[in-house]
Amino acid sequence: MNTARIDAKQGGGWLGAYVLAYLVFLYLPILLIPLFSFNNSIQAAFPLQGFTLEWYATLFGNSALSGALGNSLVIGATAATGATLCGITVSYMDLYGRSPLAATISAIARLPILIPGVIVGISLLILVNLIGFGPSRTAIVLGHILVALPTTVVIMKSRFAAIPKTIREAALDLGASDWTTFRRVMLPLSLPAIVSAFMLAFLTSFDEFIVAFFLAGTEPTLPLYIWSQLRFPKSLPTVMALGTTILAVSFVIAAIAEILRHRGLAAAQRPVPADLSKPEETERGELQWHST
Amino acid sequence: MSTIVARQPLPKSRSSTGFRLAMLLPGGLVTFFLILFALGLVLFLAFRGNDGSLLGAGFTFANFITVASDPLYWTVTLRSLAIAGLVTLATVVTAYPVAYYLAFYAGRRRGLLLFLVTLPFWTSYLLRVFAWKIVLAYNGVLNSALVESGIWSEPILAFLNTPAAVVVTLAHAYAPFAILPIYVALDTIPKSLLEAASDLGARPFTSFRRVVLPNSMPGVLAAALVVFVPTVGDYVTPALVGGPASTMIGSLIQAQFGKANDWPFGAALAVAVMLVILAVVLVVRSADRRFGSRT
Repeated sequence: MNTARIDAKQGGGWLGAYVLAYLVFLYLPILLIPLFSFNNSIQAAFPLQGFTLEWYATLFGNSALSGALGNSLVIGATAATGATLCGITVSYMDLYGRSPLAATISAIARLPILIPGVIVGISLLILVNLIGFGPSRTAIVLGHILVALPTTVVIMKSRFAAIPKTIREAALDLGASDWTTFRRVMLPLSLPAIVSAFMLAFLTSFDEFIVAFFLAGTEPTLPLYIWSQLRFPKSLPTVMALGTTILAVSFVIAAIAEILRHRGLAAAQRPVPADLSKPEETERGELQWHST
Repeated sequence: MSTIVARQPLPKSRSSTGFRLAMLLPGGLVTFFLILFALGLVLFLAFRGNDGSLLGAGFTFANFITVASDPLYWTVTLRSLAIAGLVTLATVVTAYPVAYYLAFYAGRRRGLLLFLVTLPFWTSYLLRVFAWKIVLAYNGVLNSALVESGIWSEPILAFLNTPAAVVVTLAHAYAPFAILPIYVALDTIPKSLLEAASDLGARPFTSFRRVVLPNSMPGVLAAALVVFVPTVGDYVTPALVGGPASTMIGSLIQAQFGKANDWPFGAALAVAVMLVILAVVLVVRSADRRFGSRT
């Protein structure tokens, strides 16, 4: 035990209290939505008026709402499939492709972090109008692939980098083709990360509003439906009931995805990062969004 | 007598062209077409006149001249920079101690705490902003709680529809973005550096100021960037909690592609925003280089 640690420990109590306060700040506003969704009043204000499930009942039999939910599910699944496929291939080629093109593609794929959503939205709006199909569910899918791409690339790259190099080399030395090595060795080894990337990409799409706002035609997604309801004070309780449901589903999916990602990384024996000069991930498997 | 023929060493990469093509295709399409080409369209449109058609007409600097000469756009741009700068500062400063605790003190609770700070990252941004709307509204949570508890006699209007409301809401919405990069930077500081500092007689604060802080700067800068970029272009939070006095540059871009229906001018505003972001990225990069890339 070194003295730096012993000295440092004395400050830990205050810091611990601060972290607790920070978590309260982080969660309290969000948790107000579930709280008031059960409140028997049209206004979100104290004192609480009593418990009701009335607002949840209004969610059923609402065709605009169920239509938006259907759109969000279809768009989320399609965009997550596209973003995960791109994340797998881009990061694999970045690590093993040995070509400047692959490295360039991987760098551009992480660029959307540095572009505000409003600009992603308008650039794709111009593009889809130019192609001809215009604002539509397909357009939103394209937008959400872009928004989710940095996440899937970072997750898959850290996973591929954590697979010991010798495993891939052994497969190639034993005569497996590139395609067989990729499909029979590398993909199965990274399955938990693939599922995790897919789920997080789905969540990103499912909750995304800023880009979808520009690309939606006549079929809105769930966040766009919520946005349209915010104008009417009368529908606020319904929005809160809907919001609570979405938050609950998001929490569950995110939790499963995080557990899978960590399990996947822990499964590899102490990883040898393929490129020590660019650690995309710490040893505990935390995402680093980008290294400037 | 047989000669031993040295076997040709296996080529290092026996990549078949087909495999490489198939693997590069999805990413290549998305990056070159959806990102680069689409951004190129915005740049192209910014130099066109608005004649109601999709790609405008003629070649003109008029859009940029308007952006540069009309004081309205300077006001809104400076306001966006001020709001995004404040949000970034607030987010990074408040996140740093959390990341510090996670890296050095959390012990067995680290996994759980990391999970708790990342979780809001995956929840709906719109819902997080909406939550602040119900907190800050005239008949909202904060006012009613203050009146109910007898601190104030009647609700006050001052919360909603102010730039301050925008700053608080954005700082909350993007808080989870800031913790991870700083935590990663802190966590990868070699423990031997800290031991060396204390062995050489540095007090904890000196060791923090001279060893930990400089070494974590790359993480701090990365955090600042990932918070600054989405906030400077935001239009949802100003619309929901900001009121007319908090219009940001993102709101103006959105209006050009909506009600105002002047796409070339909106594109010029977007190019201006990207230039601002580029400038910030360059500043951050040079600052990063000064701290040396410790990787």
